[in-house]
Amino acid sequence: MKVLMSGNEAIARGAYEAGVRFAAAYPGTPSTEIMEEFSKYDGVHAEWSPNEKVAVEVAIGAALAGEKALAVMKHVGVNVAADPIFTVSYTGTNGALVIISADDPSLHSSQNEQDNRNYAKFAKIPMLEPADAEEAKEYIKLAFEISEKFDTPVFLRSTTRVSHSKAVVTLEKPQKYEDKTGFTFNAEKYVMVPVNARTQRVELEKRQQALKKFVETFPENKMEINNLDAGIITAGMPYNYAKEVFPDYSYLKLGMVYPLPEKLIRDFASKVKKIYVIEELDPFLEEQIKAMGIKVIGKEIFPYTNEFDPGIIKNAIEKNTQVAVSPYKEVLSPRPPNLCPGCPHRGLFYALGKSKAYVHGDIGCYTLSYMKPLEGLHSCICMGASIGMAHGMSKALKEKGKGKVVGVIGDSTFLHSGITPLLNMAYNHNHALIIILDNSTTAMTGMQEHPGTGYNLLGAESKKVNLKVLVSALGIENIKVIDPLDIKATRSAIKEELAKDGPSVIIAESPCALFKRANIKPKVALKVDPDKCEGCKACLGLNCPPISWKKGVTKEGSKRKGISFIDKTICTGCGLCEQVCKFGAIS
Amino acid sequence: MVDNQVKSILFAGVGGQGILRASDIICEAIMEAGLDVKKSEVHGMAQRGGCVTSHVRYGKKVYSPLAETGSIQTLISFEKMEALRYLKFLRKDAAIIVNTEEIYPPAVNMGDAPYPKGAIAFLKEHYTKVIHFNAAELAQKAGNIKTANVVLLGAISNLMTIDQSIWQNVIKKSFPEKLVKMNLAAFQLGIAA
Repeated sequence: MKVLMSGNEAIARGAYEAGVRFAAAYPGTPSTEIMEEFSKYDGVHAEWSPNEKVAVEVAIGAALAGEKALAVMKHVGVNVAADPIFTVSYTGTNGALVIISADDPSLHSSQNEQDNRNYAKFAKIPMLEPADAEEAKEYIKLAFEISEKFDTPVFLRSTTRVSHSKAVVTLEKPQKYEDKTGFTFNAEKYVMVPVNARTQRVELEKRQQALKKFVETFPENKMEINNLDAGIITAGMPYNYAKEVFPDYSYLKLGMVYPLPEKLIRDFASKVKKIYVIEELDPFLEEQIKAMGIKVIGKEIFPYTNEFDPGIIKNAIEKNTQVAVSPYKEVLSPRPPNLCPGCPHRGLFYALGKSKAYVHGDIGCYTLSYMKPLEGLHSCICMGASIGMAHGMSKALKEKGKGKVVGVIGDSTFLHSGITPLLNMAYNHNHALIIILDNSTTAMTGMQEHPGTGYNLLGAESKKVNLKVLVSALGIENIKVIDPLDIKATRSAIKEELAKDGPSVIIAESPCALFKRANIKPKVALKVDPDKCEGCKACLGLNCPPISWKKGVTKEGSKRKGISFIDKTICTGCGLCEQVCKFGAIS
Repeated sequence: MVDNQVKSILFAGVGGQGILRASDIICEAIMEAGLDVKKSEVHGMAQRGGCVTSHVRYGKKVYSPLAETGSIQTLISFEKMEALRYLKFLRKDAAIIVNTEEIYPPAVNMGDAPYPKGAIAFLKEHYTKVIHFNAAELAQKAGNIKTANVVLLGAISNLMTIDQSIWQNVIKKSFPEKLVKMNLAAFQLGIAA
């Protein structure tokens, strides 16, 4: 049967067809749907782990028990999980272990654009890279086969365009699950103390040699000989872009991007005169091919940054092409993403902005508050960083920083990697304030469960962590729980906690406005009374999507130049603008 | 480029308008009609009220899910000013379908930037086939403003050679039973628009 599937859906389907029934992950765009889709198949164990490191360790444990285990994450998640990944490469996997890295060229929803093919070379782990959904389904199966055959973890690399593009996929009959689980005691192989690790280190190099031989005949490294004057070596999505604009060129399409098939590449180079290496981000293939002494053209003409498209490839190769331009020359006002109507973060950042503190941000919807007019954040590096950075800044500034250093972090992000830095704050003492924005879900990636929600990925009720008790157990003594939709109470709580000696934590509790299970009772949309509105624009400072400015609506005896207006079709009636209005014009 | 007769449609609009659902439906219809199809979009950050686009490409064999600039045959814009944002992707003889509904971006809401004036006239001046109507109003007629995306699908179906029966089947499959009738009505209103 043929169906339309995204790359992510296809990866989930392929794993299921391959008889995989065990997967762990932490959500992150563009990888999230892989796990959501996989969890819908019968008889699977699928879990959201608190972070990617835990997910990989869970998958390693399952593999050691004989399972075929899958760990899924976005590219930066591999950084979090790097520690176990580098060493499971030494021990091997017993069952099978595939780690999916979903990279994000062009940073559509990420803080950096790292090329995770480098991890394959760095950790000496083979890596497959599909070019579309159909291949994604096939390659995940091959990844598990290779893992079993060579007793190695295997990476499957996707990119945003592969994960989120849809293509026609042929469904196949799922392989029957075979229970091979049991105990295998082998301390020399699995206890990585130096004496054993040294031995495994040598085994690893032997495996590398075996894999290098294997890739020479790996059927997904495909040569297409057409025009002998010009050829392209490529992998993944850029293959499609290149085929689109240079259908007559010869191709060497690499299904496995690490290790490389040296003989096959030499063979291709001996047949084709001029060779381009087309790859997004780093010259990963190019440098290795050039090191073989083969002359190729790569980053001299192709960009290092951002994802490609057919036009970028065409323009790089055929220099004098005419670039298409828009006939419309006026500047169009941009549409940056914004916090939703009714979002509780809006209240928190409005109140926090009044404190004039330096705010360390973190990864989540609330990162959007950095934009005008809220300008709620002054730094954002990675998951969990806000707390450690607030501590470091508070310590460095000493008395100067007292009452002026804040870190904000979401509930899911706090549980991902905020607990240890908060423990550090209590342990090493400072005067910073940490605000946990508890909206009861992992909102940015689309409402995933986490240990604080009381439900697991399979929809079953589970143990719910009590954030207040947890924070207290870490050694934090000043803790307040507030409702961020109450601006006055939020402001005074922030003021009080900033004035205190020692670290403080405020837990701002209010469910995400889009969160269905929270069952937020719809409130009546608010209205601006045009007689009372003085046109002060205070409500516009909330940057709430339904609130707009109507120029030219004047009033006798008032200096106003216009009034505010609320679009009742999208207003949730959260009441923030009512609290901000000094003239009682909103109700 | 050697033409393997791949055609491209660009869906454009604002997060929350049902653009991705509409492009899914069109892909299903194209697949049912026996052609290869790919589509591409970006999720995540883009969903929070930002710009949304979806490239749909179809033909005998499709490689790239993204179209080149200057190559797209049909633009279907779910919002008026969004139609102006992606014109560099279009061929000079492209057909354009525009929902004339206006959704203000933040800077326009704040009174810091104007909403572009004369968008339709501009499009008509530069492109020969411009179809424009208020899809939200037609959707209301069908029974719910949220069916505006299916109204627009009705309009684009006029420009494609896919059997009515295929469209009907795909729409039936795409919605819960109680919403099918309303969406079929919306589709018909789009055809007539």
